[in-house]
Amino acid sequence: MTEYHLTTPITEADARKLKVGDVVYVSGKHVYTARDEAHERALKMFEKGEKPPVDFEGSVVYHVGPVAWQKDGKWVIVSAGPTTSGRMELFEDEFLKKYKARIIVGKGGMGPKTLGALKEVGAVYCSYTGGCGALAAKGLKEVTAYLWDDLGMPEALWVITAEEFGPLLVTMDSHGNSIHADMDKLIASRKAEVYAKIGIK
Amino acid sequence: MQDPYQVIHDTTYRLLAKAATELPKDVKEALKAATKREKNETAKTQLSAILTNLDIAKTGVPMCQDTGIIIFYVKVGDKFPYIGEIKKALTKATEKATAEVPLRPNAVNPIVGGNSGNNTGIKIPWINWDIVEGDSLELIVFPKGGGSENVSIVGMLKPGVGLKGVKKLVVDNAISYMGAACAPNIIGVGIGGGADIAIKIAKEQLLRPLNDKHPEPEVAKIEEELMEAINTSGIGAMGLGGDTTVLGVKVGYAMRHPASLPVGVAVQCWAARHSKAIISKDLKVTYVTHPLEGN
Repeated sequence: MTEYHLTTPITEADARKLKVGDVVYVSGKHVYTARDEAHERALKMFEKGEKPPVDFEGSVVYHVGPVAWQKDGKWVIVSAGPTTSGRMELFEDEFLKKYKARIIVGKGGMGPKTLGALKEVGAVYCSYTGGCGALAAKGLKEVTAYLWDDLGMPEALWVITAEEFGPLLVTMDSHGNSIHADMDKLIASRKAEVYAKIGIK
Repeated sequence: MQDPYQVIHDTTYRLLAKAATELPKDVKEALKAATKREKNETAKTQLSAILTNLDIAKTGVPMCQDTGIIIFYVKVGDKFPYIGEIKKALTKATEKATAEVPLRPNAVNPIVGGNSGNNTGIKIPWINWDIVEGDSLELIVFPKGGGSENVSIVGMLKPGVGLKGVKKLVVDNAISYMGAACAPNIIGVGIGGGADIAIKIAKEQLLRPLNDKHPEPEVAKIEEELMEAINTSGIGAMGLGGDTTVLGVKVGYAMRHPASLPVGVAVQCWAARHSKAIISKDLKVTYVTHPLEGN
């Protein structure tokens, strides 16, 4: 396990250095929130040949619907823990291939399609402890734009400047490794032992 | 004399704010104990992040950005004089808490789309009413997050599968979502009644103190077995491996139809937020889960 402190935009070479089990802290101006609807919109824009309002290449895309409020006319992130990434499995591979984000952050892990795209593009998936919204907000220092606000606060595209945002645990890397897939195997291997506790053979 | 509407409203506001920012003592203690006995290194990092997060949240920040859909459990005494004030006070307090705590607007219209922006709308906040003998009002605020709700289920089992089948349903469900519902979880199980009754009983179990046991030994044994079985899985905190997958499993039941064996499984994330207060007929407020400072 190695600890990395990276600044956005993150290069492909830096992303490919990361391996499962590594811990990353991110700083920089290119941290974007995106959930189901922002992913869909970004992909639709690509199809139509339109340019999204931000450049996703080298960025950190965070699966989160934050709680934010306006203080003295400026948006501030109050609480922002990850949402379940599995929902984005539908389009993350296409998103990665088209936009080349380098770190996807969320919880619960993603599937084989995303793992394949991470390998192809040179990117990683990091897990952030679910529910730790207050802790995450500490690293999300400044909101520089609140875009696609017609999608509502949780689904909008928030543009954030991060300062030592982490710890982000690399759980899927660009070398085909996934702690989530390993866990699936481990749990399957323990199933008989679990069933034995409730009297099922 | 104080305005009864205002007292109910202000009490509800404080309950909403406290629920979002501070876990009940039993839940926090259980998380601390789990951290202490954890042997898996990844799980240790996850659990200690949770504890740090709780310390930050206590300063008045929602611990989780998903501040839930707002549910109330209201037990109103038949002789409580201000029954007519309750519904409006709860709704208005929810709107205020959304703007001022703040809470995330989480009420979305499933038909025409769109977020109401203030956590209220058709049937939301949801109020579970219970009329009991007495002259006081018991209010419980239970904000329920979406991630754990998404893996809650109802199984309509064949009675022939018996209690073994009930246990298998609970264990299989826990294994299928693999900690994606922000483990360590608390699982509520409701057996019998009907489809709606089973899940209602299951959800109510999530409000039981973590250190209690069902008074009937047969039921307590099922709770213990299920907890041990699920913790044997090794799913661990956030599904990244570890010794504690559940902090508790709580079971309740109702009589069943001879042809049915309904089982509700309600899943709660580690952020098991709830708060409770009692308002007497002369409008004295007692905060049960989150006492006023200095008391």
